[in-house]
Amino acid sequence: MWLSLAAGLGAWVVLRPAAAQAPTEDLAAAIKTYTGGAAVREGRIRFDIAELIDNGNSVPITISVDSPMTAASHVTSVAVFNEKNPQRDVARFQLGPRAGRATVSTRIRLATTQQLVAIARLNDGSWWSQRVDVIVTLAACIED
Amino acid sequence: MARTLITVPPSARRGEVIEIRTLIQHPMETGYRPGADGKVLARDLIRRFSCRYDDGSGSQVVFAAELFAAVAANPLISFHTVATASGTLTFTWEGDNGFMQSESVAIKVT
Repeated sequence: MWLSLAAGLGAWVVLRPAAAQAPTEDLAAAIKTYTGGAAVREGRIRFDIAELIDNGNSVPITISVDSPMTAASHVTSVAVFNEKNPQRDVARFQLGPRAGRATVSTRIRLATTQQLVAIARLNDGSWWSQRVDVIVTLAACIED
Repeated sequence: MARTLITVPPSARRGEVIEIRTLIQHPMETGYRPGADGKVLARDLIRRFSCRYDDGSGSQVVFAAELFAAVAANPLISFHTVATASGTLTFTWEGDNGFMQSESVAIKVT
């Protein structure tokens, strides 16, 4: 009986949010406006955010891009988009070789459980992205 | 004047990558939220942030950010820069309703 219970628990535990799904239409449109329609590849970005968020009013995020940050090869900009806040834009950062390290942190608001996308542009013109799905229990913008 | 909190190492070695953290007191009112009277509160955001590094060879923007309604109140921004030479770091926040504030911090590079 314990064995079957344990097996049942195991099956339940794996029922986590599925792998990041394709972005919704307006999120895809916002990203396209930002990149000018250029091809965006997955990878090279690390998007650090808690998967389960208690309070959507202030959510710490850290975005790191794998780049040597030299004059020859560096990140020129990093942007964050969301799926379900009233506005798709979260923040845009401009970096350069003088930044030394392509790591940026801030705190954001999240209205509900949703997907976030970080996009980086390198000086060679390539675009890279990373998607994360987060669960928000207390939404921002409800209390005043 | 809004209160700010800026963390910069007071001294660094030449070429070292240093972390800078900035915090400013600001409501970042989104323009989507109703107030106590049920009317939507007017938007009041910090829209732009920039950090200029004057190391004696001219002032250069080393980092800039564009902020939107989804940035939390009292925005914290943390980033890095290369300590090139002793000089001054100037931080500027600009926003709605003519908001503008600048703070400067000296850095000693050995």
